[in-house]
Amino acid sequence: MSDSWRQTRRLLMAALGALTVFYLLAPTLVIVPMSFTEASILSFPPEGFSTRWYEQMLTRPEWSTGLRNSALVATLTAILATLLGTLAALGMTRGRFPGRSLVNGLALSPLIVPVVIIAIGMFSLFVQWRISGSIVGLVLAHTALALPFVIVNVATSLRTMDRNLELAAANLGATPARSFLRITLPIIFPGVLAGAIFSFITSWDEVVVAIFLTSARFRTLPVEMWEQVRQVVDPTVAAVATTLLVVTTGLLLLLLVVRRQAPAR
Amino acid sequence: MTSAKGASGGRPSDGRALVLRDLVKRFGDVPAVDGVDLEVRDGEFLTLLGPSGSGKTTTLRMIAGFMTQTSGTIEIGGTDMTRIPPYRRDVGMVFQNYALFPHMTAGQNVAFPLEMRRLARPEINRRVGEALALVRLESLAGRYPRQLSGGQQQRIALARAVVFSPRLLLMDEPLGALDKKLREALQLEIVRVSRELGATVIYVTHDQEEALVMSDRIAIFKNGRIEQLGSGEDLYDRPVSMFVADFIGESSILRGRLERAADGAYLSRNGSRWRVDEATLARAALADGTAGALVVRPERMRIGGPDEKPPAGSNAVEATVSAVLYLGSDRKYELALPDGERAVVRQQLGGGEREWQRGDRVTLWWPVESGVLVADASA
Amino acid sequence: MVADSAARGIERPGRPRGPALDRWAVLVLPAVLFLVVFFLAPLVTMSLRSLTDPPDAGLSNYAKFFSQEAYIRVLTNTFWIAFISTLTCLVIGYPYAYLMTIVPGRVAGLLLIAVLLPFWSSLLVRTFAWQVILRDTGIINSFLLNVGVISGPIPLIRTTAGVIVGMSHVLLPFMVLPIYAVMRRIDPEFGRAAANLGASPWRAFIRVFMPLTLPGVLAGALLVFVLALGFYITPALLGGLRDQMISQLIVQQVQQRLDWGFASAMAVLLMGITFAFLFVASRLVRLRDVFGSALEE
Repeated sequence: MSDSWRQTRRLLMAALGALTVFYLLAPTLVIVPMSFTEASILSFPPEGFSTRWYEQMLTRPEWSTGLRNSALVATLTAILATLLGTLAALGMTRGRFPGRSLVNGLALSPLIVPVVIIAIGMFSLFVQWRISGSIVGLVLAHTALALPFVIVNVATSLRTMDRNLELAAANLGATPARSFLRITLPIIFPGVLAGAIFSFITSWDEVVVAIFLTSARFRTLPVEMWEQVRQVVDPTVAAVATTLLVVTTGLLLLLLVVRRQAPAR
Repeated sequence: MTSAKGASGGRPSDGRALVLRDLVKRFGDVPAVDGVDLEVRDGEFLTLLGPSGSGKTTTLRMIAGFMTQTSGTIEIGGTDMTRIPPYRRDVGMVFQNYALFPHMTAGQNVAFPLEMRRLARPEINRRVGEALALVRLESLAGRYPRQLSGGQQQRIALARAVVFSPRLLLMDEPLGALDKKLREALQLEIVRVSRELGATVIYVTHDQEEALVMSDRIAIFKNGRIEQLGSGEDLYDRPVSMFVADFIGESSILRGRLERAADGAYLSRNGSRWRVDEATLARAALADGTAGALVVRPERMRIGGPDEKPPAGSNAVEATVSAVLYLGSDRKYELALPDGERAVVRQQLGGGEREWQRGDRVTLWWPVESGVLVADASA
Repeated sequence: MVADSAARGIERPGRPRGPALDRWAVLVLPAVLFLVVFFLAPLVTMSLRSLTDPPDAGLSNYAKFFSQEAYIRVLTNTFWIAFISTLTCLVIGYPYAYLMTIVPGRVAGLLLIAVLLPFWSSLLVRTFAWQVILRDTGIINSFLLNVGVISGPIPLIRTTAGVIVGMSHVLLPFMVLPIYAVMRRIDPEFGRAAANLGASPWRAFIRVFMPLTLPGVLAGALLVFVLALGFYITPALLGGLRDQMISQLIVQQVQQRLDWGFASAMAVLLMGITFAFLFVASRLVRLRDVFGSALEE
């Protein structure tokens, strides 16, 4: 094997990697500069610099209420899913009960069933229950979609936790409740936080179920964007897209930081 | 710590810190602990010693309350513990992997049991300071466990286990993860701390040297039962079985069949015939004709030249040196006996003894009364 | 110590038997109940609706689907697009995952973040981006026009290629992560061992390394294919009329025709196909590996 061939191969691999990273990141990132254009049509490269489309987003009622609704739904979803999911993960990793694999399958299936099917199924039933087109219905739907992420993340941190720590806590005089609050919870916290963040993002970005379960009076940001994208596209959509992106990325980076600072086991 | 007699914790007791009666633990049909009886005195350092799977750790975990016994009773300080959950048993425990809480500093770890007992903050601070001083780690109170070495972590774990003056201190192979030098230093440290506190310690290990160095008494575990209970000297000088003889220290185990002749008892096999004195025979309580083994410790045996005449009252045999091991302070010889058995002889250096080589023909002898007769379980 | 650990396993069965274990199991109940009511019940109701809407429907909704060539074509098209997307992801994802295992840890971390960031960012936003790039007045066409390579816009959007580009972009992380997870567990000494036995590096790669990565490839391909079957947003925004996938057809029936029975029947069909693939695949790979690797971090 000659050196020059090795050199070429190395260059080839690097080029391939760079291209793939470009394919992964660049398309999404072009939206960011485009959202700051002065022109009233989307163009690349953008002309001038202006924040007028962000002003539009914050002042035009359909966008601003959408933003508020999205934040509210995502927050409530994160709270509900984290609560239910953390309890379930505790039960699934610690408890013994019949039909374990069935529960496992049920907990993961929201990831597997195509989201369009979930959407029309929920829509048809939620209409009868009169919770379609309301914040309640959407939060419940998004919680179902987000639960697997919480369960998997919390269960993983529970499984990797040293069980002797809880024995030690009991031995040192901690009742089960205090042992959970003082020892278990702080140690699995990174997993719980990851679950909460993934729940928030799941709801924040979700559009298909939201298309069905929202109404003209109650819309989230992605649904509003979906309506616009199919018609005339003005740069406000780019501003909205950038906003969605920034929130998601910010939360993920937060998660990375927390993971890095979490005490080693 | 305020109450120097941490062991009794001020409760009325009859001098027995722990009593186990016919303790049994089965997993399914498999007995892990199969009828253990044990009494531990206040302030005693007792070691549960045995190979893996012999039930010592299960016994310890039942004492701590981490698992419930299948049958039998556990009494701590005269109180039956069967229905008492671990967090109300008031026993301290040191785990093999330390089990320090990773999200708390060393000081917070040590304070934890006191906080669980809802002591006042000044009292907590004072006692944490004392406990850390006891293990000589006052300066590291603010460090997190991951910033401490293995030995330091173990000392913090020890401080955490004694800071609340528990009635018992349980230790589950606490030094298993450390290297030899550190282990030896910490053995002395643990003994010092427990003596200073007057604590009653139940110590689990599979390292017989560790057990001999640290313990007042040792309980040898085999197949879920206590095979022998006694001081290190008892176990070393008077093992009750081949298992104990083999597990504690080193020995030559010379098997044979017990027979009685006009001039006394003998253990014989393949032409070799070892004299067994009356006292030894009485202790063993073996019937004529049964399979037995004579256990002789290596330092009781002597080697001489092929023509050397052993003193009277000795068992003697001609043997061949099959291996020589130089151990620094002494030299160990392995000898092949004519009957196919193997003997180990330890010779202290510096006495001007003659040095033997592999293949040398020698005479091996030992005083008749220095052998211990046990039943031959393998026969 | 080490030798003791096996025995410890026996000695430490965790919880004592008896009532204590049910206390833990109870914690599963709220989530299970929640999913049964708000997730399972809708799916079951929908399945029933495929048989009872109209009231005397029976299997007629299903018969309707299979009797019309246009519907069958949507189904085959769905498979075709899912298949091509899977292939595309494999071709791009395999070398990328391999690259992640051979570069220094820092670079590997960055490459991983490059996969994870889009993985978690909005599908709608990403599809919108492709729309902006691919459409007739989009970035590519206006660039080519400006440079003068072409005289009129070339069709990129509303084509099958457009759908594939957009879907592969969304699905690529699902291919990369399982393959990377498997590759990372392979002993890096494999090459040296193979070379020691006289294999050239290339042969060692083909004969030793690639077979070892097969579980990851299968897991990734399965995941991508199954997810691709249910895509809706991307083909709706980037595809033309002839690129319609079954999810679009379902939505169309609900929103425009209000034919719930027929839509439900197609939904049941899609769900059945999805689970059938998962079932077959579960014989080949451990499903836990598939989803585990995609979910954690």
